[in-house]
Amino acid sequence: MADALSPYLPTLLWLVPLLPLLAGGITAFMPNRMGRPASWLAIGALLVSCVIAVAGLACSLTPVHEHAAPTPPVYTWFSFGDVALQVGLVLDPLSAAMGAMVTFVALWIFIYSTGYMKHELRFGRFFCFLSLFSGAMLLVVYSNSLLLLFMAWELVGLASYLLIGYYFEKPSAAAAAQKAFITTRVGDMAFFLGMIWLYGQSHTLLFFDHGRGLLETDVLGSLAGITTVGGLTVSAAAALLLLVGAMGKSGQVPLHTWLPDAMEGPTPVSALIHAATMVAAGVFLVARTHPIFMNSGITGLPLSATAWIGGITALYAACVALGQNDIKRILAYSTVSQLGFMMVALGTGGVAAAMFHLIAHAFFKALLFLSAGSVIHGCHDEQDIRRMGGLAKAMPKTFFAYAIGMMALAGFPFVFSGFWSKEAVLHQAETWPGGHGPFLLAATAALLTAFYMTRQALLVFFGKPRSPGVSHPHESPPVMLVPLFVLAAGAMLLALVGTPAWPWFEEWLTGESAVFNIWALAKPEALKLIGLSLVLVTTGVTASWLVYRNPSSDSRAPDPLEIKLGGVWKFLGDGMRFDATYDRCIIAPLAALARVVDGIERQWFVPLMALTEGLIKMVGRWTGNADEKGLNDGFNQVCSGLQGSANSASASQSGRPQAYLRAIGLGASVLLILYFWLIS
Amino acid sequence: MTPLPLLLTLSALLFVLGLFAVLSRRNAILVLVGIELMLNAANLNFIAFWRYGPQDADLTGPLFVLFSIAIAAAEAAVGLAIILMNFRRTRSTDLNRLDSLHG
Amino acid sequence: MLLLSLLSIPLLGAAILGGWQGLGHSCARRLAVIWALLPVLLAVVIGSQQVDPVSGLLASCESRWLPDAGISLRFAVDGTSWLFLLLTSLVSLFALVASARLEIGGRGYCALILVLEGMLFGVFTARHFIPWFLCWEMTLIPSYLLIRLWGGPGAPRAALRFFIMTLGGSVFMLLGFLALQLAAGTMDFNSLATLAANHELMPKLAATFVGTGYSGQFLLGVVAVCVFLGLAVKLPVFPFHAWLPAAYAEAPTPVTMLLTGLLSKMGVYGLLRILLPIFPEVLPGLAPCLMVLAVLTVLLGAVAALAQRDLKRILAYSSVNHLGYCAMAVVAAAALQTDRSAHAAAISGTILQAFNHGIIASTIFFCIGLMEQRSGGARTLTDFGGLRARVPLLCSLMGLAVFASLGLPGLSGFVGEFLIFNGVFALVPWAAALAVIGLLLTAVFFLRMVRLVFHGPLNPACAQWPDLSTAERWILAPAIALILIPGLWPQALLQCINADTVRLLDLLRILP
Repeated sequence: MADALSPYLPTLLWLVPLLPLLAGGITAFMPNRMGRPASWLAIGALLVSCVIAVAGLACSLTPVHEHAAPTPPVYTWFSFGDVALQVGLVLDPLSAAMGAMVTFVALWIFIYSTGYMKHELRFGRFFCFLSLFSGAMLLVVYSNSLLLLFMAWELVGLASYLLIGYYFEKPSAAAAAQKAFITTRVGDMAFFLGMIWLYGQSHTLLFFDHGRGLLETDVLGSLAGITTVGGLTVSAAAALLLLVGAMGKSGQVPLHTWLPDAMEGPTPVSALIHAATMVAAGVFLVARTHPIFMNSGITGLPLSATAWIGGITALYAACVALGQNDIKRILAYSTVSQLGFMMVALGTGGVAAAMFHLIAHAFFKALLFLSAGSVIHGCHDEQDIRRMGGLAKAMPKTFFAYAIGMMALAGFPFVFSGFWSKEAVLHQAETWPGGHGPFLLAATAALLTAFYMTRQALLVFFGKPRSPGVSHPHESPPVMLVPLFVLAAGAMLLALVGTPAWPWFEEWLTGESAVFNIWALAKPEALKLIGLSLVLVTTGVTASWLVYRNPSSDSRAPDPLEIKLGGVWKFLGDGMRFDATYDRCIIAPLAALARVVDGIERQWFVPLMALTEGLIKMVGRWTGNADEKGLNDGFNQVCSGLQGSANSASASQSGRPQAYLRAIGLGASVLLILYFWLIS
Repeated sequence: MTPLPLLLTLSALLFVLGLFAVLSRRNAILVLVGIELMLNAANLNFIAFWRYGPQDADLTGPLFVLFSIAIAAAEAAVGLAIILMNFRRTRSTDLNRLDSLHG
Repeated sequence: MLLLSLLSIPLLGAAILGGWQGLGHSCARRLAVIWALLPVLLAVVIGSQQVDPVSGLLASCESRWLPDAGISLRFAVDGTSWLFLLLTSLVSLFALVASARLEIGGRGYCALILVLEGMLFGVFTARHFIPWFLCWEMTLIPSYLLIRLWGGPGAPRAALRFFIMTLGGSVFMLLGFLALQLAAGTMDFNSLATLAANHELMPKLAATFVGTGYSGQFLLGVVAVCVFLGLAVKLPVFPFHAWLPAAYAEAPTPVTMLLTGLLSKMGVYGLLRILLPIFPEVLPGLAPCLMVLAVLTVLLGAVAALAQRDLKRILAYSSVNHLGYCAMAVVAAAALQTDRSAHAAAISGTILQAFNHGIIASTIFFCIGLMEQRSGGARTLTDFGGLRARVPLLCSLMGLAVFASLGLPGLSGFVGEFLIFNGVFALVPWAAALAVIGLLLTAVFFLRMVRLVFHGPLNPACAQWPDLSTAERWILAPAIALILIPGLWPQALLQCINADTVRLLDLLRILP
């Protein structure tokens, strides 16, 4: 089938993102009462996308060597002046694997949502946003142009804004949505600058364009040859900007603060954000533009920055997750931490390791969130793990799914994908020539991950119920359980393609064919890391079990760690006070600046205007007066003078005919006398 | 010596009397009387020049006078009518009060 | 002929409305709406004309007015002008429809709007300074009266302020052009641009004003600054924006739509079609200062909008911010003359941004008008809350326009901003890097507005609001279509202006 499809794939590929986007567009116009048909439309569209994406994956599997330099068709989107701007889609192993994962995971999250959101008033609108979200993410994945990727990236931001703020009546949800959009937009703006910088230097935004693309040798070489500010090459500077963009979307320190707050959205949204769509976009961006990171001059600054930021994030989030009590916030911080792992892998040069961890993580994190949703659903919207307990008996199927997800995340050995993917990441970090810092950070984070996940599982599923609300939990309906099992299966089966024995995934991404070699496991360096992973997981789980095996039956009792750590525990619980610091150092000064500017506008500009106005009016009055006093009065005086003389002149015009006659007579006499006098 | 100079002197006296009346009397009727006097002074001149003139055969002088008397009669009638009308309006025949043309 | 009728039809309509004694208010508004359809149709007809391959003109008309003084009434439409004509006819129609919907004004009001429309047509087509300046100044009178007579309680002051500042700017512009007339003997834009391109303007100025003892460079610079002042007040550029917030806030909503949708575009048009081609010799020297002003405009608009509580004032400052990008792009295009593709991006981006901002801002203002109508005149942020629960359709459509305004890809605002930043970054990187902060803050203040107005618990004062009526939906539908289509298919607009952009680049001698 794959071969039959391949000629049509470049065209069909457009359908993968467009179908969910169209479904989103159509459902936007459907009234609330048509929620059910809207959900079926969304699921149907995504199903078709999924089929095409999987077919695309199948096509990209077979002739390995042809994918080394993809030559996808490009289309002119618009032209300005005499320059044309082109976009297109690309199907290479990276996008094929990512696309198949996104459609598959999102599809099951959609199905789960039909059960979870059943009683919501705006049910159809929810699916509209979900479709928009996955469609935009698919466009990110398949885009062959940095511009198209950026556009889809922003749409992902919009969809996450709408979904996190789904319960917009709640002020906290509205604030969380705003925070998510703005925090990621900080990164987006850096991405934007990086993008236009790349465009300004290379005059193309296509990734692959018959040798002229951004990720192809010619352009990479020329970009790395130009030095700009601070002695960086253009590609290094742009790569750093792109990295900031990825940090925003992927919740890396210090732009991570929106992610825990994003838990205000409904649980399926959290699953979608944390597994398949939003946060994966950042890692995917770095993976996609990895050639720019690699060819950024001799300093290798972008790569080491990525590795260090990833390492710090991984450890930071793992520490903070220790001090959380909300079931979803623990998972949220664990996501931040795992994203840090991916960044470490990317920074140390392992795109394959990062992508493998990304895809494995997508499966088990979706699984964990959906199980957590099932738990919350079953406990009547209780989210505090201190108030849960003993749920394993009441919700055995959920517990089973959760346990698989938890073990995959914690890195239980051998059968779980999380173990092998994490092992691959650690392997990359360990062999990195740039130093052992990121490796040590990541290893510590792995230890803590095992610890806090065990803590969560113990508090939620074991012991006795610690509050009346959760004493009568109910198992979720099949429509919610089936997605759990499918994802659980995925979380385990994926382990097959990423072991050192058969590193198929890695070889495929790098364009080589994998050879099955069980003895690769027995190589000393592989053994060393497998051993290390085992030690880390065992230590973490055991320590956690020792601390939390007998939780107090009182839900208000302090955490055992809290007793030991005191103030540090509180500090961790507050996420190391990032939010408070931002409030004090950025938001408050910005608000103050705005007030000052507004004050200047009102107190300064308006009076200045008033002053100008007053001056103009004064000049007007002055000229008016001059006019009145000087010109008008002078004229009036001339006039009245004239009038006076006229009056006196008209006195002789008495109107009496006799007077006139006398005057005539007098005049005639004078004339006569004059006449005679003259002629004589 | 012909009586012509005497007659002319008489008519000049009459004319001056009339003119004086016209210029100085305030009563409109007396002004009219003055005008009649001046006309008659002119008539007297016509007759005098006809009687003692060089060619007294044709009747130019008396004819002129006849016309003049007729016109004087008509003029007196119109003048009196005007004065009467004005008297009805202002209850006065004082010419000084007819000054609505003053400037 | 077509152009002549386009120029005269609004004035004819104004005369009819003005002369028709005893026409009722609502009848007058309806008549004006129908009448305003005619220019839209005519603009479309003009757009469908064959472009003259030599001059690039769609239509033109000329009559020698005062041949002895070399003044001719020369009007011409090329692709860029046509886009502005289309915008003018559409936004005027929109404003009249909004007046009918919001029940504002009567015979005189509609007549004044039509006069304003006619004068704007003149501004966007005149190719000689005298008719251009006549129309430019004549827009001031109807807009002053519209603000003054139909505005809110602070309108008289605001209108006076608007009038004084704009007039003050115009005086400088007039002086500048008089100096050019004395030196070059012409005020025809094309002739002046040709003179400038051949570097003849500076020696002529120096020869004419030899008594002052200044060099031609300095004199031409002074003239350019004078012309810039006149345009900057209209645009507005910091610090000449002081009239704007009060005028926008106090004017009746349809008039605000006209102010932001059209009057500010006069400034953009002037910068692009007059300042840029006539002063290429001195603008690079002035560009650093002007660039600082443009960047300050962008940042100040965004920061000041953060502190506002009145919806209309927020939008007013957002207009300052958005038009700041246009100013920035034009100044950047003037700053350096090296990179043809960057210049093309900056110029095309300016035109796109002007067109799209006209549509987007008037749509948002119309939505604010609808909210004001429902709330009985209240429009402070705290007067609303949770509207999405009560009036979802109004919120989604206004939200769409808001997101278009903050530059969401797929909606019309994005492509313009992308092109502007593209051009500016390649030419003056620091300006683009700073202005990106403005782009970020735009999102902050818009989302803050959305959060306080649309989200959160429903304000009891708004609990009885009706959602959009059928008529209101039909009014908003074309506006939303005009936001969506250029976002997805920017070529629809760009194909009109590409030839002009190339011509302008050739005139400025920016070679590939």
